[in-house]
This record gives sequence, structure tokens and C-alpha cells, in this order.
Amino acid sequence: MTVASSSPPTRVRLPGAEAARQKTKDRIRERDGGGNGGDGALAAVFIAPALLGFLVFLLWPTLRGIYLSFTRFNLLTPAEWVGLDNYVRMVNDPIFWGSLKVTVEYVVINIGVQTVAALAIAVLMQRLTKSALLRGIVLTPYLVSNVVAGIVWLWMLDTQLGIGNRVIGAFGFDHIPFLTDETWAIPTIALINVWRHVGYTALLLFAGLQAIPADVYEAAKVDGASEWRMFWRVTLPLLRPVLAVVLIMTVIGSFQVFDSVAVTTGGGPANATNVLQLYIYGSAFGRFQFGYASAMSVALLAVLSVITVIQYRLTRAGHTDLG
Amino acid sequence: MRLRAFTALAGALALSLVSGCSAGSSSGSDAHTVTYWLWDSNQLPAYEACAKDFEKENPGLDVRITQMGWNDYWTKLTASFIAGTQPDVFTDHIQKFAQFADLEVLAPLDRLPHTRAIKDADYQPGLAASWVGQDGHRYGAPKDWDTVALFYNKKMAREAGLTAGRLNNLTWNPEDGGTFEKAIAHLTLDRNGVRGDEKGFDKNHVKVYGLATNDAGDGDGQTQWSAFAASMGWRYTDQPAWGTHYNYDDKRFKAAIDWYFGLAKKGYLPPQKDFSQTNGPDVQFGSGTAATSLNGSWMIKTYYGFKGIQAGTAVTPVGPSGKRATMMNGLADSITKHARNKPGAEKWVAYLASHACQRTVGEHGIVFPATKDGTAAAVAAYKKDGIDVTAFTKPVADKTTFSFPITNYAADVYALMRPAMQDIYANDAPVGGLDRTNSQINLLLSQ
Repeated sequence: MTVASSSPPTRVRLPGAEAARQKTKDRIRERDGGGNGGDGALAAVFIAPALLGFLVFLLWPTLRGIYLSFTRFNLLTPAEWVGLDNYVRMVNDPIFWGSLKVTVEYVVINIGVQTVAALAIAVLMQRLTKSALLRGIVLTPYLVSNVVAGIVWLWMLDTQLGIGNRVIGAFGFDHIPFLTDETWAIPTIALINVWRHVGYTALLLFAGLQAIPADVYEAAKVDGASEWRMFWRVTLPLLRPVLAVVLIMTVIGSFQVFDSVAVTTGGGPANATNVLQLYIYGSAFGRFQFGYASAMSVALLAVLSVITVIQYRLTRAGHTDLG
Repeated sequence: MRLRAFTALAGALALSLVSGCSAGSSSGSDAHTVTYWLWDSNQLPAYEACAKDFEKENPGLDVRITQMGWNDYWTKLTASFIAGTQPDVFTDHIQKFAQFADLEVLAPLDRLPHTRAIKDADYQPGLAASWVGQDGHRYGAPKDWDTVALFYNKKMAREAGLTAGRLNNLTWNPEDGGTFEKAIAHLTLDRNGVRGDEKGFDKNHVKVYGLATNDAGDGDGQTQWSAFAASMGWRYTDQPAWGTHYNYDDKRFKAAIDWYFGLAKKGYLPPQKDFSQTNGPDVQFGSGTAATSLNGSWMIKTYYGFKGIQAGTAVTPVGPSGKRATMMNGLADSITKHARNKPGAEKWVAYLASHACQRTVGEHGIVFPATKDGTAAAVAAYKKDGIDVTAFTKPVADKTTFSFPITNYAADVYALMRPAMQDIYANDAPVGGLDRTNSQINLLLSQ
């Protein structure tokens, strides 16, 4: 397979050009903040709102959360420093480890199915149809909020009364406790969220596919490659950086699953769907143990950071195979 | 210079936006307004009527009532305490009272001029005393009470040959379930029409369950197993209020729990997987998939309101102690410690606790008010609607009630007991596991 490219132009050094280049550089430096009242100050003004938001809503809460993880704190009375007590408790808390296990199970199913399905939809959208209507339809579930989607599916999948089980029953099969059995509940919630997010993920991947030059496919076709072979040898390698970023984003989002679990199962039965975010929320706002909840949040932050770095490294997300 | 001024202006604007967020008050309370929160939409018209009368008596005071569903209510109330946007007055539940007392967010009513006069004797026995904290101060003015009884589908009972007289004279024991188990077994029907106590009954394909499920009951089992366990003489804690030791490891309690969830294995009670937030006991009863349902008096209008279903009520069965038992719980109105309009709040709570308001609430026939007058008005209102509420009032007259557990660490008890009870119900975990959960709870209480 060959990729057409033009040879670089020969560089010719003209007398006096070096001096002119230096002059231009000096001018740029001056403009960028050399003197008083330059563009640097203006840039700072434009950055200020975002920076303020970052400091107030991200950096400060994060730092305070880390501090609170070393305290006993119920929000209404002053925090009391307890050192590593919350972390020791966390390490010895079987419910925490159970929540982590349940969350990982959810993420594996959710991301696994969602990524494969989204990739398939994105490739089909690119290779088979350019219909804006179809793209719109694929995106529709994403327009429904997580809570609404969760409640609608909860009704439809109810063991006794849900239309899903009525249909299953009509075919002579036993009803399936989709959201009330510990074996079924996590896969069901994971698939409900796949249904909701797959269109959006497909659209992101589709945008990545659009960036792959058409002549690469033409060249592959000239070489006699089939669609299947082109997918594996052209599409997937060239989509890798976009796919990596999408994976990092969706994995982080998936680890933070909360609302759909809260409205469908509430963490039950018997903690079978007590995902980490739900456990953190319950500890903080149900039991007023904000110190312990902060410690678990810090643990989640650490887990996500490690996973993101590993993903970034493994997928070489910062590099492209194009050009 | 101009740029510096612009920078300062932009900074000031941004800061004002941020500080504006925290300074803004969502409660909308002022010297002329009293904000009041409640969760039961059925009770809203009754309290709106009370507010109208109160405003007439107190010109210049305006009561602003906000109603939210049970779950949203507690989440929002918690958030409001943190944000400083709490209501002046709110409907309080015993389950949450201990935690709020612990967090010191409630005002002691016995220290406020208008609510100082509230007396225990003005209300049904035991109601007012529940709202006295460990420090001896009163934190809630009694507003209503409820008990639990057995709602039954009259048509199904008739077809099963069970008269109202028989259903009101059932007995129970943890060994064979007594005549109570016999009754619900007979009311159970499989898809072939075979009854639960007949030969050939298919427990895996039940069409009508004898008893509706309301999940595993967490740590109180109010509408699930509490009536059975308490009829053996068992009580949640070592003392009626502010106990320091839970009794979930008591062999009587474990026997009752073993029997209760054992009903699901026999096919008389739906399996745990059949219960969901959308398929509660009232829905099971209303859809005809359950013949009876243990539920509280706050659900009377719902059960009697199902189209095509004639509901009846029976008292809970007599247990091994020789007595019946039903939980009597009461709600109260509490004033928040940092209420914006405390003088107005005091007056409003005093009025809510008065005979006048409780009679008005009783006349709406929605709930049993805490005063005896109010209760009588409610009984009359139900009667007018053709509803006999004896099954709920008799235990109070007979003094066969017990109270909702009130201890410190109530939220932790809930968090530990909820999965433990679900594990027994859903996963058939042995009741012996309750010993460990009980030790964990008592360890917390001993701190």
C-alpha cells in the first residue's frame, strides 16, 4: 500500500533573510507580553473566567476533598483530624471492595459492548450511508436524560408487570428478573447505558473516521483489499488516536455511574449493584460520613488516574499513524 | 490603565457571580413568611386548609407549603441544612429524628414561648414522648399516628371461604405459621387455579400470592415482619426510646424472620425479585397479583381506591405472647435551629399541634391526627366514605402497639440492616448472619 506525497521544496538561503527573521521574532516577543499593556494581559482577562471556574469548582474542591479524607466530618460541625483512619477503614471495608468489584464488572460490560457497537455503527455510517436522518436517529437515546431512561427501562423490565416480561411470558418462557436479581442487574444496567450512549460514542468515532483521507481507501482498493481487510488494516490503525481518547473518556464516565443505578435498583438486592459512586453518596449524604466518603473519592480518583495513564500509554493516544 | 480597569471590572463581576451563588436564599423566608415542608401529597389539602385558618388568626403571616416525594424530601432537606436554606418548619420522621438531633439542627420546642405549652397528655399515649431527645428537650410537636393492619381483597377472601370474622381472629407462630399461614396459603393460587394448600400446587408459577411483598424491611420491617416478631414479645432495643443495644441476634427475632421469608420459598409470598420500586405492595394488591397486604393506615385511601377491587382490613394475628402487635408510629413537626422566621415558625407549629388544626386534618379523612379529637374526626370521615378503620384503631385502644426504634446511628443501622435482610430474602442467606450484623451495630452504639 502506498500513500502519495510530494517531495519537500529545496530551501534557499537569501542574504539578509536571517536578520529579517530575527526582527520578526523580536516583534512577536514584544507583542506577546514584552511591554506593559501587551496582549498577555488581555489574554489573562479572557482566561480569568475559566481559570476562576477551574480554581473554584475543580482545584479547590479536589484539594479540600483530599484534606477531608483525613478527617471525621459531618458537614454541620467542624472537621476533626483523624490521620489515616478513613483509609485504614476503607482497606478493611468489605462493602468498599464489593462496590469496586461491581463497578469494574459494570465498566467491562458497558465499555466492551458500547465500544464495539459504536465502532460498528460509525463504520457503517461512513462506508454505507451519509444520511443525516439516520445519524440523527442513532443519536436520539442520548437526548433522553439518564434518570428518565432508567425509569422507563425499570417499568419496561419489571419482573411482574413490565412489557418486556409480558412478551417473554407470551412466548412461554419464565419471567426474567432483569433489575431485581443479583446476576442480571449489573449487565442490564450496563446495557441500558449502552443503549443511551452508543449513538453519541458512534458520532465521536464517526468524526474520527471523517479525518481519514479518502485516498488511503482508494489506494487500498487498488491493491485489492476487501472491506473487512480495509477495516482492520486502514480504519482501525488510523482511528486509533480518536478511539483512544473516546475510550479514556467513556471509561472515566463509566466508572462514575450513579444516576441510572440509583433509580433502577438503589444498589440492591443485597449490595449487588452498589457501585462505588452510590456507596460514596450513601456514606456522605445518608450517613453524614463525609470524611470516609472523601477517602473513597480519593481512591476512585487514584484508580481512574492509573487506568487513564495505562490506557494512554497502551493506545499511544498522543501519536497518529497518519502522514 | 483602561485595561487594568477592565480587568478589575471583570474580576469583580466574576466574584459577584460566585458570591451571589452562596448568598442567594432559596427558602424565600422573611419576617412575614413561614416556610413549611411535607412529603405526603395526600395530606397537602388538609394542611393548606390549616394554613388558611392560621393566616386568618395571624394577619400578616403567610405560610408557604412545599411538598416533595419521600426520597427527594430527605435529600433536599439534608442539602438545605448544609446550604443554610432549610425551611422554618418541616414534617419529621422518627427514623431521621435521632440523626437530626445528633447534628443539632433542630430547635428545642420546650424553650420557645409559643410551643412551650405542648403537653404529652393532649395526644394519643406515647406519641409526644417519642420526640423528646436524650437531652430531655422536646424536638417535635405530634401531628399524627399510624398503625399497620392486613388489607385483604374481599372477593378473593370470599372465594376462599374466609370471612371477616376469621381474618380478624388469626393466630401465628414461627413453627407452622398458625392459622395466619393457613389463610394466606389458601388464598394463594397458581396459574392452574390450584390453591397453595392443595395437592399439585405449582409454587414456581403463582398467579395470586397470598401476601404481597414490600421488600425485606431493612432494620424496622414496619410493613413486613415487625408485627410477627413483636407478637413474640421481641423488641428492637433494650429500652423503648434511645436504646443502647439492638436485639437482632435474639432467637425469637431470627425465628420470625426465618418463617417470614420462608413464605417466599413456599410460594405464598412473592420472591424478592418480584419486588421493585414500581411494583410495591399496593400495586401488587391493586393489580390482583396479591390477595392480602400488610400496610400502614397512611395507605387506606390508596387500597380502598382501586377500581374493581373491594378492600377490607383485619387486625394483625395473635402471636406466641398471646397478644397481637402492630407498630404505632407518629410524625411530628420540627422547627429548624436556624429558621429565618422563628417567631412565625413557633406560632405555626403551635397551631399545627392544636385541637383546631388536628380536627381540620382529621375531617379530611387522610390520616389519624395525634389528638384524640382529631382521631375521632378522622374515624368519622373514613366512616362517611364507607371505610371501617377498626383494624387500625383497635390496637391503640387495646394497647397492643410498639414503637419505631429510636437510637443514635439510625442511618448506620439502616445501611447495615438493609443489605443483610435483602441477603436473607433474595439469596436465602442463613438468619445466623444477623448475629454479626447486630454486633457491628452494637459496636457503633457503644462508641
